[in-house]
Amino acid sequence: MNNITVLDLLDLDLKERDSLELKCIAGRPGLTREISAPDLNRPGLALGGFFDKFAYNRLQVFGRGETAFLDKLHEEGNVDTIHELFSYPIPCCIFSHSLKPHEEFIQNAEEAGCPVLQTTLATADFSSRLIRALDTVFAPQQVFHGVLVEVSGIGIMITGESGVGKSETALELIERGHRLICDDAVDVRCVSGNVVLGSALNKVTSHHMEIRGLGIINVAHLFGVGAIRDTKQVQLIVHLEDWDPEKEYDRLGSSDQSEEILGVHVPCLYIPVKPGRNISIIIEVAAMVERLKKMGYYSAKEFDENVLQWLESESARALYFQKEDIF
Amino acid sequence: MTCREVTILNRAGIHARPAALIVQTANKFVSKIFLEKESTKINAKSIMGIITLGAAYKTQLTLSADGEDETDAVAAIAKLFDTRFEEE
Repeated sequence: MNNITVLDLLDLDLKERDSLELKCIAGRPGLTREISAPDLNRPGLALGGFFDKFAYNRLQVFGRGETAFLDKLHEEGNVDTIHELFSYPIPCCIFSHSLKPHEEFIQNAEEAGCPVLQTTLATADFSSRLIRALDTVFAPQQVFHGVLVEVSGIGIMITGESGVGKSETALELIERGHRLICDDAVDVRCVSGNVVLGSALNKVTSHHMEIRGLGIINVAHLFGVGAIRDTKQVQLIVHLEDWDPEKEYDRLGSSDQSEEILGVHVPCLYIPVKPGRNISIIIEVAAMVERLKKMGYYSAKEFDENVLQWLESESARALYFQKEDIF
Repeated sequence: MTCREVTILNRAGIHARPAALIVQTANKFVSKIFLEKESTKINAKSIMGIITLGAAYKTQLTLSADGEDETDAVAAIAKLFDTRFEEE
């Protein structure tokens, strides 16, 4: 969704510390106006009469200062700049601190068809939340064919050809107490340049899975709310593929492979599937290995270092002791 | 790569049964087959993916296939759309 309207902004399902606490107080017909820039503008300069480089395509946020200035302009009957402000196709005006603008301002907004919104939040708080929300909406997005699960706190996207057993593996992981974000079509967004967030493409179909032989199942109902999650950062990609005897698979785990998703490098693993290999346990361990790596501990590297150290001390001992020596 | 525009002609849109029909047909081919609605492209061999597209009556989709049997695959799946998934 790269083109959102003001109505979409009001409809965004944001909770707790992300909530924008917005409501529309005037100019409802204008709610269909499009928001084309993921940014906001404080229209102080414009109200003062300076319209050069006026960022009219941004959301216009009125804090205490701007609202007080508006009131002063109305009292003095100095309303030219307000008329000029509404001559621009601004997406909407937002008043923070539950401030209510002057009646005349609301009339002007209605005439211009510009929606006026109000938030209970303080301006600084609102600005940061709004930027965050718009950042997600305008983030580069791509749909991946795979299953996104959270295993021991690590977001893992399981990909592979259809029929390789992605959903079955995910089901086993859920059964073992891990969480499903979504199956089959993962909506991946790159937020703030270095984080890739995955979520379901569609709320209606999320938390459902298709298992061959069973059909469509509702994971939330079957396993409880503890087995689901709405969004999760993609921290590891696991490619499942049919065992290829010709191919060399990683035997040491010291090669850090990664894959680029929307410009972000995400660690990835290739896991060959063969009857008798329990993929979900391998993925569970992969998640824990990834966690250890995040904490700065690399099993494979540490092992190698220990072996090197041991070999070194062995050769040092060999210098001092002859083969015939008996201890 | 073979592409074709298809339109959904049955009133109910792509719900579970048509999705299953598409997936069953797609799985008969070795080619990679995709359905695209606006900018969302999904694998036509996955039921949940197809349903997630939310393709309602009269939606235009782009059907594409890439592989050895791509022309046959596109023809077979396009036929499902043309015959309204044997509905109505």
